Amino acid sequence: MTVTINGKALSVEAEADTPLLWVLREHLKLTGTKFGCGVGLCGACTVHIDGKAVRSCQTQFSQVQGRKVTTIEGLSPDSSHPLQKAWIAEQVPQCGYCQSGQIMQAAALLAKNKNPSRADIVAHMNGNICRCGTYPRIVRAIQRAAREG
Amino acid sequence: MTIHIQNGSLDTSISRRGFVVGTAGLTFAFTLGGLGRGIEALGAAQATKMNAWVSIAADNTITILCPGAEMGQGVLTSLPLILAEELDADWSKVKTDFAPPIPKIYGNPHPLFKGAQITAASVSVPGYYMPLRMAGAQARRVLIDAVAAEWKVPASQLTTDSSTVIHAKSGKRISYGDVVKFAQVPDEPPKVTEADLKEPSQFKLIGRKDIGRVDVPSKTDGTAQYGIDVQVPGMVHASVLEAPMDGAKAEVINMPDVMKIKGVSKVIPLPFGVAVLGDSVEAAQAGVFALKVDWDTSGATAAKFDSENAKAEYAAKGKDPNAPTHDEYKAGDALAAIANAPKVVEAAYWSEYCYHAQMEPMNAVATVSEDGKSAEIWAGTQFAALAAFIISGILQTTPDKIRIHQQMLGGGFGRRLYPDILIQATLLSKIVKKPVKLLLTREQDVSAARPRPMTHHALKAGLDADGNIVGWHHRLVSENVDAVAAPPRFKETGGKDYIGARGMDQAFYAIPNVLADYTREIRGMRVQAWRAIGAGYNKFAAESFLDEVAHATGKDSLDLRLALTKDHPRANAVIEAVAEMSDFRRKRPGHGMGIAFSDYHDTLSAGVAEVSVDQNTGKIKVHNFWIAVDPGLVIQPDHVHGQLESAIVYGLSAALLEELSVKGGAIQQSNFNDYQVLRMSDMPEIHTKIVTTDNPPTGMGEIGVVTVAPAIANAIFQLTGTRLRHLPMSAERVKAALRA
Repeated sequence: MTVTINGKALSVEAEADTPLLWVLREHLKLTGTKFGCGVGLCGACTVHIDGKAVRSCQTQFSQVQGRKVTTIEGLSPDSSHPLQKAWIAEQVPQCGYCQSGQIMQAAALLAKNKNPSRADIVAHMNGNICRCGTYPRIVRAIQRAAREG
Repeated sequence: MTIHIQNGSLDTSISRRGFVVGTAGLTFAFTLGGLGRGIEALGAAQATKMNAWVSIAADNTITILCPGAEMGQGVLTSLPLILAEELDADWSKVKTDFAPPIPKIYGNPHPLFKGAQITAASVSVPGYYMPLRMAGAQARRVLIDAVAAEWKVPASQLTTDSSTVIHAKSGKRISYGDVVKFAQVPDEPPKVTEADLKEPSQFKLIGRKDIGRVDVPSKTDGTAQYGIDVQVPGMVHASVLEAPMDGAKAEVINMPDVMKIKGVSKVIPLPFGVAVLGDSVEAAQAGVFALKVDWDTSGATAAKFDSENAKAEYAAKGKDPNAPTHDEYKAGDALAAIANAPKVVEAAYWSEYCYHAQMEPMNAVATVSEDGKSAEIWAGTQFAALAAFIISGILQTTPDKIRIHQQMLGGGFGRRLYPDILIQATLLSKIVKKPVKLLLTREQDVSAARPRPMTHHALKAGLDADGNIVGWHHRLVSENVDAVAAPPRFKETGGKDYIGARGMDQAFYAIPNVLADYTREIRGMRVQAWRAIGAGYNKFAAESFLDEVAHATGKDSLDLRLALTKDHPRANAVIEAVAEMSDFRRKRPGHGMGIAFSDYHDTLSAGVAEVSVDQNTGKIKVHNFWIAVDPGLVIQPDHVHGQLESAIVYGLSAALLEELSVKGGAIQQSNFNDYQVLRMSDMPEIHTKIVTTDNPPTGMGEIGVVTVAPAIANAIFQLTGTRLRHLPMSAERVKAALRA
């Protein structure tokens, strides 16, 4: 099956119903996308499909054929996405496990809303759990990225 | 260059230890061989090893080892930073890496752990602060002595700054990288003493706000490697349906059906559950989800346990004067003082089981050698040394034959202390003779939770005619966490429970007669340490009850705490600070304000919550949370604030939402649908303040949890007159209390 991942057309041998999460992590060794709950409740596995944030654990491999998948590894060529810079400036991650998903979720927000309000941010990010409680810094980092671009 | 690491090379308590050390205050005997592994792990090739902790390369790269696990609490930065300070290193050239599990060299000398290499209890910075400064000063001394010999000048004329040795008189300067090109590290390392260390006013790295955590960049681009990310050639995937309770034996009733699932290669019933192996994660997980198992629970203590039904028995024990107890804290004669007091206030409190809910489900990769006598394991673990010790026993070999590759931890919170998953992965590899990657599903992770125990608290205060507290009795009824989590210590102390009883003492309050005691329930649950351990529920009960006493005597809750801490200026100061920053006495229409104070392993804090409550649903909204903390000397100020924010969120989640229920010994919850944790929409504004003092540094990983629940309960009482005495203060429970 052919799929475009992080700008590259790839041919991957995997069952049609394999969750995209495991195709990315195990077949393609793109391990930045994380497994958290397997049922779409925590957001750790968030990637972009055609620019929209989706839960890769709830997406079958067959659903991404002919579509463009972007993972944390492909968000920017050199970790220079405004959110990645803001995440470092605000020292957001602690254990860091959920942060790929948080950043991908936030990137989809900024792509459609250049200047989100706090309420916009909370509404958009509420499906992403962070057990280290970095929520205040996530909000600050998104605001910083929106501001500094 | 020959390197000698030997006892006495550092003038600190850890280096004088023999081959037998305590483990978590326990008494495991470690027979260590292969010390060279620690040295090999140091730094880049060609680097000069200054001592067990630090190496310097000719290109000026300095590699410093971190003895603890990194789970977001920041030790991969803060501990090397302490060494770098005394070394006078150029921090921009410092790389940090994990030290291997060799307690003799890298154990934590903190009195709580007595040389065990364990990451827990927020005592990494306090425990390692002096030894790491000594190691840095010692390495600096080696560099200075080498330059003094080379330049034929007295060492006393040399100074250092930013990885450079300077001879001011001649204006000569040389980088550490150039020094190690000719320096010989002496066989007998130079002796350094505390007199060789800097004054805090001379610190250049410690206390800097602009030094970030070294692991942050890799956690923004997906390159940080956790246990779950490890792939080794030839590995097979495994998942385990763990027994719902200890002692339950599995009989798989649909083995053929599971074996038919594509990619499933083996179903293996084991003493701890049933393992499914396959050629992919999804095959192993599908196999585990498909398993139908009859559990023989006839030998399981927990099988008779139901967390709801057991409450009447817990409550009876709380009242039983003849229940066998251990004293946690005693001053004067509290029972007599209460018996003779003209007025007595009493109340009972509860907390439910809590799950760690670390974001990274439990996992490990293990490969056992062909002869079965050694193993390599990749995992994020808070206690690699214990894993090596236990696994070496299982493989009938020595701990040095168990090589553990420490990974980033996707959350620890205590869950990654006991190495159950590392053990399981190793056993599976031994059976199938291949590398095995074991990963639990979230559902398995919940049902195999190692929870914070359910607790009952019976509190009594005797008051004199003026309303002063003359006697205080706090009785805890709970399973004994040490009995499960730290059996050697449990035995050594004659059955005490260090973990569960934390926070029952009243060391900071001027109450003349205090008794804090606890009585043990044996219910067979796999209770373990959970962020802030016993202080989480004990301070909820004690600090809430203190407000009940204040109310009963017409006293103000802030005034009472200030009065009770008048002999402890540091405690008094954090209470004053939080009152001021929250403008505590200002009335907010429709909102309540509550305050609580707590210490935790020598760190002091006071918190204030501003709350409102939806009278129809019972849902509590926390609008603001303020906290003031005194952690002594601060290593990384921004990260102290970060740890406070983190712990407050963890505390809020536990205070308002988190609850495991148990029926027939089995945990009833399964995933984030029925085990809710705090999300962004429930966040208050958090306001943090560090009250800096010159005292030695204390830990910051857990203290922020402790005051959250009692401050909220006290705020709800101020607002509604309803006293909430049961954690979590879930909407349903609050609604019932408001209508009672």
